Amino acid sequence: MTQTTQVPRPRTDSEGAAPETRRRPASPQWAAWAFLAPVTLYLLLFYAYPLYRNIDLSLRHYTVRSFVRGDAPFTGLDNYRKIFDDPTFAPALLHTVVFTAVCLVFQYAIGLALAVFFHQNFRLSATLRALFLVPWLLPLIVSASTWSWMLNSDSGIVNAVLHAVGIAPVNWLTSPSWSLTSVIIANIWIGVPFNLVVLHSGLQSIPTSLYEAAALDGANAWQRFWRITFPLLRPVSAITLLLGLVYTLKVFDIIWIMTKGGPADSSTTFATWSYQLGFGNLLPAFGPGAAVGNLLVLAALVFGLVYVRAQRKQALS
Amino acid sequence: MNSFSRRHRPTAAVLISLAVAAGVTACGSGSGGGTEGADSGTYTVWDPYPQFAQGSAWTKLLDKCGTAAGVKIKRTGFDTSDLTNKALLAAQQGNSPDILVVDNPVVSTLAEAGVLTTTDDNKLDTSKVDPNLLAAGQSGGKTYGTPIGANTLALYYNKKVLKEAGVDIASVKDWASLTAALEKVKKVGKKGITFSAIGTEEGSFQFLPWFWGADAKLTRLDSAQGESALALWKGWVKSGVAPNSVLSNTQTTSWQEFATGEYAFAENGTWQLANAEKAGFDYGVLPIPGASGGSAAAPTGGEFVTLPVQDDTGRYTTAQKLATCLTSTQNLYDTDTTLSYVAPTTEVQDKQVAANAELKPWVAAVKAAKGRTSDDLGTKYPKISEQMWKAVQSALSGSKSPKDALTDAQSAVK
Repeated sequence: MTQTTQVPRPRTDSEGAAPETRRRPASPQWAAWAFLAPVTLYLLLFYAYPLYRNIDLSLRHYTVRSFVRGDAPFTGLDNYRKIFDDPTFAPALLHTVVFTAVCLVFQYAIGLALAVFFHQNFRLSATLRALFLVPWLLPLIVSASTWSWMLNSDSGIVNAVLHAVGIAPVNWLTSPSWSLTSVIIANIWIGVPFNLVVLHSGLQSIPTSLYEAAALDGANAWQRFWRITFPLLRPVSAITLLLGLVYTLKVFDIIWIMTKGGPADSSTTFATWSYQLGFGNLLPAFGPGAAVGNLLVLAALVFGLVYVRAQRKQALS
Repeated sequence: MNSFSRRHRPTAAVLISLAVAAGVTACGSGSGGGTEGADSGTYTVWDPYPQFAQGSAWTKLLDKCGTAAGVKIKRTGFDTSDLTNKALLAAQQGNSPDILVVDNPVVSTLAEAGVLTTTDDNKLDTSKVDPNLLAAGQSGGKTYGTPIGANTLALYYNKKVLKEAGVDIASVKDWASLTAALEKVKKVGKKGITFSAIGTEEGSFQFLPWFWGADAKLTRLDSAQGESALALWKGWVKSGVAPNSVLSNTQTTSWQEFATGEYAFAENGTWQLANAEKAGFDYGVLPIPGASGGSAAAPTGGEFVTLPVQDDTGRYTTAQKLATCLTSTQNLYDTDTTLSYVAPTTEVQDKQVAANAELKPWVAAVKAAKGRTSDDLGTKYPKISEQMWKAVQSALSGSKSPKDALTDAQSAVK
């Protein structure tokens, strides 16, 4: 760290060449390393180490006793075998896939539609757009609690409205056939603003001259969207979808607050299952919990690599 | 004072998929305040009462006991759900607090982890404590602390609603008469009963009085008795005398339903007494009836004062003095009055009833109550409990019959 404090010195003109001769023996490489040190340290401490610990946790047989003593025996892939054999695994996998896919499709489609809509810059469009950001600005605990009140079987406003129009009440959060749908609806609502903002800024980078040229050629609105907007938005769409995917895979709080993954595991995803194993019981099962968490990390990583690959291909072509 | 309402509040820091590792390491670096580094004249106390700020009766009591023992007290109040993990981590780092006040079902888990000293080691006197309450802190023939207070479940009822429905509360003696009363209430357009059947420990806690009231044993979930208890709940939800929202109710939200004045009965705990006074209607309290009469055993809630293992064994003498002071007759009385708990010793219970006659049914309920980890279940209880709340959720939501749900639960425990 002493290196970093020396660096700004040569900038003062009054000191002239003297410090430069002093600096010469220390290779400039060192200064570079010194600059890198804080961020490297940060990355190691807050990213690499927890990741390492998580992998380590998932490979050992932890009991509360061995957790305190730190002498948990190494059991290889036992925890992974355990979770693959668990009756919760198949439904949790299915729910994770359905939850992620449905949320992504709707968030992106609604977000894009709204972005195109607001791109027309009519009066009040900025105000309305700002209103659409509200779900994004609310703390998740607030929005999730509000959703669970609204969807309450007996006293929720949604069922009251359904009753008013003559539809039988739905047990949104307490029926195994509806709980996943309910959390998906809530999550789409929360995810739309992000898609809207990113896609809207993407739209602004498309030159208007293209639209003017297309209009001269007689292209209608539909054609302009599919031939200009959509293809030119592809890089932005790709990153939006990737970020959305990573974000949706690990959604935990909404589901936990609204349904606790229930009833009877009907809305359990890998994220809630991991938490349930590690913290949801008086007797924590850290090993299997960490194993489930790692599967999620792995899934996100795979899609990240797919994205990087796709981008490279695009850059080459 | 409802320890459950705080238990499952998600901590924002542990929400991501890396929760397990990130949570553990992040907590590890933040859990200072142990004895390590503290000078020998300062003793640390951790408790699950974050609602008591500096200057409250509880912290004053701690300071008073500290002064009496000639030491300074450093107290930290944690969220109940945090406290178990914090205690485990502190033990891992070798900086456990000198006194740990912890929720009773956690005691056996911490004891299993080797975090707590036994009363043989720390010379804590537990002779005055009611044996049924002490049992929650015992495992393998050893005792790991002493209760600071107890609470349990009973049925609150709304006198006005019952009168409207023409139900005489004296007629409610067993499950059949209770169900009949609920049906009558439903007929006059009011709601029958609310409870919490949520998919957490809280759900198991609320189901246990019915489970035990049918003479079922936790070691065998799929007995005919256990099935009859679950069938009772299932029948109530199906016929509409209990709302469907019980599946997502915590004990707090269930209380809120009762507080609307629309419900005839609510299964809830001692800690709601203060809120019951505020509810604005005449209420009564009834011990939860057994299947064929009598009072069912309800599970005990409430915390234990424990002395975690220290590297410096010389600290036990003073820690023992502090714990003894905290659980002395007068101090127990004061603390349990603040917490709205029932005291763990007969002497203090009598004093409580003398001061407030409304506590009488609660004292009776606590006397009949049973620790969840009792019968030497210890760390087997959490696994059984998880399968039990899952079975309750499966049955009430209609995804399985009570019989299948409990059969599956029993096979998952094994």
